[in-house]
Amino acid sequence: MNKSKLTKTLWKQRYLILMIFPFIVWLIIFRYIPLWGWIMAFQDYRPGKPIWQQEWVGIRWFAEMFQDPDFYRAMRNTLIMSFMGLVFGFPLPIMLALLLNEIKNIAFKRTIQTISYLPHFVSWVVVASLVSEILSPSGVINQILQKFHLTKYPIMFMAEPRYFWWIVTFSDIWKELGWNTIIYLAAITSINPELYEAATVDGAGRFRKMISITLPGIMPTVIVLLILSIGNIINIGFERQFLLRTAATREVADVIDLYILSYGIGTGRYSFGTAAGVFKSVLSLTLLVFANWFSKKTTGYRMM
Amino acid sequence: MSKKTASDIVFEVFNYTIMIILAIITLYPFLHVLAVSLNDPYDAIKGGITIFPRKFTLVNYIETLNYPQIPWAVFITVLRTVVGTALGVLSSAMVAYVINRKDFIARKAVSVMFIITMYVGGGLIPEYMLMRGLGLMNNFLVYILPGLISPFNVVVIKSYMEGIPADVEESAMIDGANDFLIFWKIILPLCAPVIATISLFIAVGHWNSWFDTYLYCSSEPKLTTLQYELQKILSNAAASSQVDYYSNLDPNRTMKVTPHSLRMAMTIIVTMPILFVYPFIQRYFIHGMTIGAVKS
Repeated sequence: MNKSKLTKTLWKQRYLILMIFPFIVWLIIFRYIPLWGWIMAFQDYRPGKPIWQQEWVGIRWFAEMFQDPDFYRAMRNTLIMSFMGLVFGFPLPIMLALLLNEIKNIAFKRTIQTISYLPHFVSWVVVASLVSEILSPSGVINQILQKFHLTKYPIMFMAEPRYFWWIVTFSDIWKELGWNTIIYLAAITSINPELYEAATVDGAGRFRKMISITLPGIMPTVIVLLILSIGNIINIGFERQFLLRTAATREVADVIDLYILSYGIGTGRYSFGTAAGVFKSVLSLTLLVFANWFSKKTTGYRMM
Repeated sequence: MSKKTASDIVFEVFNYTIMIILAIITLYPFLHVLAVSLNDPYDAIKGGITIFPRKFTLVNYIETLNYPQIPWAVFITVLRTVVGTALGVLSSAMVAYVINRKDFIARKAVSVMFIITMYVGGGLIPEYMLMRGLGLMNNFLVYILPGLISPFNVVVIKSYMEGIPADVEESAMIDGANDFLIFWKIILPLCAPVIATISLFIAVGHWNSWFDTYLYCSSEPKLTTLQYELQKILSNAAASSQVDYYSNLDPNRTMKVTPHSLRMAMTIIVTMPILFVYPFIQRYFIHGMTIGAVKS
């Protein structure tokens, strides 16, 4: 492209350029400058000095982090809650989608879907409030347990470390179960109806068709989503843990993001917190790339 | 219609039962909290309330809305939701339009710049330092600017725009409209369904967020949001059930309500707008989500 042609194109597209320009500036400020902030992880950051005048310390913070028992505790909690979420939370939306698909009464099906999507739209703050109400000593769970004589005294669910992981896992299932069925229901609609007709001719019942046609039909979607969630095990966030934890459950509640939050901002150790954040990002990216590669190998489907 | 076999009937009964149980488990917590919030606070202490109030009263709501922070929090939350949604949707649509234009000179470069941010981010501390550096601490703009555009929303809108025939734009161009006018007068109205979906998602995101208030605006009472106020009540309740956060603010106030009833009323106040808006926009988002799910 010669110079005059380039100028001509630029002039012709001046409105497009004008439209995108503010967002490129926004992107650089709010998405790329924080990336540049990663160099803080290799410095001994002191507030008040520009970033290029800070003292370089190499990998000191990383070394310190790997010697910190709290870091390993946070890693353990992150991984355990992630895996519990996968084991208990992943199959349920698939089952629900299969069952919903078998409901032939459209009005009833719509009603159930509407109800099941609802918790997705309320905040984790609200969910935490609901959960602590349901699990309180006078809450409905304790009432049921006492009614059936499964426990004599109310159980203090929120204050018992051994229940915390279950509470986090199940409140997440409660919140997202219905919503997570959407993608499977969409996959089910693309299954060839002729398969069902052929099965009916062969004498298959409703349950049989569900297991032998619908389930295999959505299998590619299932596998892609499974691989994707494995790539995301380190990214479980912190909202649930932050909002559901109590003084008594800190030990089991701290996840990697809460570790970064309390060390980085809570105690003002910015460089240390950044180092932990860099570690998390690199690990997460590695997992994603691996999951992507694995997905391509096994299903031929690339996500990135 | 073929005849139902016995096993089909068993399966159907089982299926409907499961669905009804699921609906009860989902709705019960909301109805219970609503009942307690509408019940006399001292009567509620006795327990035993399920989904209907025993002694009906509105005192919990009146008291909650009378605390000085709350009307401000309502105002700030509504303002942030309205402004944030309008700007967020417009920005995402504009970006989607420009990078969907096949002839745009920097199409590839701009797309790549956005896509990279889907996979890497600076993380908590560098972002916190940036907000401090930009003077966004205790500033309303911190609710709007950092999360202005999400690449996911751009992808969803863009994939919808791909379905609009190019002739529509070409005929407008022949009539002498410039690119901005084409976007504003033609493309944007044609994208109404996807815009509705994305608006809902962005609005719910704004309405529900509390962490940015916690991190950036917690020392400015006039900028706190409803979710943050609820979170404060929650964490105080968690720290010690004896501490009454709000009654401590004003020792002269006679205790008309209990912290527990207050928390229940606050939970409902925070949830209410979503419950009202949700049924109306429902039909849009299922369609919009399916587009997004298939494309990503």
